[in-house]
Amino acid sequence: MNFRLTALAAAAMMAAAPALADLVVPNLSYRTGPYAANGTQYADGFNDYFTLLNERDGGIGGERIQVPECETAYNTEKGVECYESTKGSGAIVYNPLSTGITYQLIPKVSADGIVLYTPGYGRTSAKNGKVFEWVFNAPANYWDGASVAIKYLLDQNGGSLEGKKIALLYHNSAYGKEPIRTLQELAEKHGYTLTEIPVDAAAGQEQKSQWLQIRREQPDYVIMWGWGVMNQAAIQEAANVRYPMEQFIGIWWSGSEPDVLPAGAAANGYKALAFHGVGQDYPIYDELQEHVIAPGKASQGGQHVGTVLYSRGMYAALVISEAIRKAQELSGTAAISAAQLRDGFEALDITPERLAELGLPDFGPPITMSCENHGGSGMARVQQWDASAGKWNLITEFTEPDQEVLQPLIEEDSAAYAAEAGVTPRCS
Amino acid sequence: MFYREAGDFKTSYRDDGQTFPIRLDRWGYYALLAVAFLVIPFVIDNYWANAILVPFLIYAIAAIGLNILVGYAGQLSLGTGGFMAVGAYAVYKLTTSFPDINIVIHVLLAGIITALVGMLFGLPSLRIKGFYLAVATLAAQFFLVWLFNKVPWFYNYSASGQINMPERSLLGQVITGPGTTPAAKYLLCLVFAVAVAWVARNLTRGTIGRKWMAIRDMDIAAEIIGVNPLNAKLTAFGVSSFFVGIAGALFFAVYLGAAEVGEAFGLNKSFLILFMIIIGGLGSIFGSFAGAAFMVLLPVLLKNVLVGGMGWPTDLAAYVELMIVGALIIIVLILEPHGLAQLWRLTKEKLRLWPFPH
Repeated sequence: MNFRLTALAAAAMMAAAPALADLVVPNLSYRTGPYAANGTQYADGFNDYFTLLNERDGGIGGERIQVPECETAYNTEKGVECYESTKGSGAIVYNPLSTGITYQLIPKVSADGIVLYTPGYGRTSAKNGKVFEWVFNAPANYWDGASVAIKYLLDQNGGSLEGKKIALLYHNSAYGKEPIRTLQELAEKHGYTLTEIPVDAAAGQEQKSQWLQIRREQPDYVIMWGWGVMNQAAIQEAANVRYPMEQFIGIWWSGSEPDVLPAGAAANGYKALAFHGVGQDYPIYDELQEHVIAPGKASQGGQHVGTVLYSRGMYAALVISEAIRKAQELSGTAAISAAQLRDGFEALDITPERLAELGLPDFGPPITMSCENHGGSGMARVQQWDASAGKWNLITEFTEPDQEVLQPLIEEDSAAYAAEAGVTPRCS
Repeated sequence: MFYREAGDFKTSYRDDGQTFPIRLDRWGYYALLAVAFLVIPFVIDNYWANAILVPFLIYAIAAIGLNILVGYAGQLSLGTGGFMAVGAYAVYKLTTSFPDINIVIHVLLAGIITALVGMLFGLPSLRIKGFYLAVATLAAQFFLVWLFNKVPWFYNYSASGQINMPERSLLGQVITGPGTTPAAKYLLCLVFAVAVAWVARNLTRGTIGRKWMAIRDMDIAAEIIGVNPLNAKLTAFGVSSFFVGIAGALFFAVYLGAAEVGEAFGLNKSFLILFMIIIGGLGSIFGSFAGAAFMVLLPVLLKNVLVGGMGWPTDLAAYVELMIVGALIIIVLILEPHGLAQLWRLTKEKLRLWPFPH
């Protein structure tokens, strides 16, 4: 009896699922809540790139891309609700733009067999494809970011950070704690001392005591892992205590326009990492103008086109669409499944030539992934804010992180996850 | 008309004192339980389990816990989020240290650990009252969140400070982790919710509940008639925290699967659960369920209507949803300051008399 009822229920559910004509790429965005200023721009870029593909090329390989949006407010419970509500529509890949929600979704997507793409955020050790079959975090992850920042500082100091003091100002959450291990390891290798200064997520705006500590200890450099209003407050406070902006470096999530604009001219010279270009000096913007913005199809009317986070959302959409293309090529079918998309991601190879073809020359690093490597090369560059011109300027080329230090850490952390979750390594 | 009470005689004190003295109510209650246990598990899908019913049941458990402390014993607490975190971290540490022991035992142990922590933070209630006690429990909230953030032992030294629930099973059924079927998740939470409600109902109408209510109504008078305030207040804190700890353990282990203390168990959670019992009705078990339903189900319903049904942009819908929920809270409290439970009580009175109100 029980079996029959369950079977009936299952059959009813299958019948209720809609016919899967399009490829579904849900956009778990946040346009409300404490991180809305940042989340909105990213979501717009993500939407607009798929709109461009749909309008200009009729989708990818003839399949239109549906991007249903769901509001998470950066809240894990709402994220779970969004995941469950969009999963049934045949979603093939998720990009939640939240490290907390990513941690929540990793076990779920692994059980459900759906791809999770977390460019520049999420769980760093997901780079190890042997353990994290369904998760991808190319082109760069937090540990890559930490290592590139330290490499940049090494360059600035003639190759040695011996005796320097570096402070890490971080969002007191899973996101902000990610780089600590790496920075500690690198401190041992390069001989700097690391001071960790947490900022509570709930009190992101209140950083007086943290900056008092920075003023007292006078670190040579401050590295920031912030998000949302915490970034603005930190840059404002840095200006208030007259901390030199040239010695203040943010991760890529702390380097967008909403972060520096409130501090006005005082933010001039602030640096941040980046794994993609900024501004509208790319050929793709002409096409975007023609097919998306001018006909009035841009997300929210296109008010954020060309900003850092808009570019990042667009870049995430670009990588996903290239993986879809690859998957279609490999499987020989246009209506790919999530498992085929995973194979597409693992075979992904975005060369500089391909980027130029897509209208974004020299926009991001080349991405090559494989079964073992779900994280690409990890290369990033440094950008600096020019307050008078109101724009970010890239000041270094793409730099490789110190994989010698990072790789053992990734192995260790992913092995811990594999043991905890009972995962047998694959790719042998 | 709706209630036909003719012929419903009570011939013993036991009958007279039962939870649902009206026959029709009793049948309704049995029917509800039968549907909850025998029908829903077969039709439930992932969305209904993960987004609606499991959070509703878990919040209902937490609301019952807080209602015992605030509604029955009159001790205002803002530390619910922190106590839920104790339950969550306790079950995490226990199940990763002793993976062979049944997870249900760990959940109950997590409740006991939370009860001890709750009693510790309840000690100041002997000296301070009202808003001052609220501030003391607020300190507990901040201290506990800070503790779980600061001491790596609690999260097994993981790089990000996140705790992740490994897979555990009960009677051959997986009940935590991503492989759990929606029915298993739902049934586990339902069993705990029904058990907690049953225990709470029977505690609150017995000696101990009467002591709590005496303390709530006037502590000096209660002391004069022989109620020991130390005993009554600490048992209230203990029992309340026990339930809240179970809710926290289930919240982490069954519902979320991964948690971060500041985000999942912050001050917002304390307020959310406090609002649940204020809207639902202080000092009422039914009110705890009603309040949890109001605060959990209404936003999801509004979201589905506004975005799914009417196709509004998600941000606009999210703002309108906040406005509607806020307005409804105010309307409910103006119309009925004693919450949804009182509203239900009045409706029932009217229904019993209808259509001859005089």
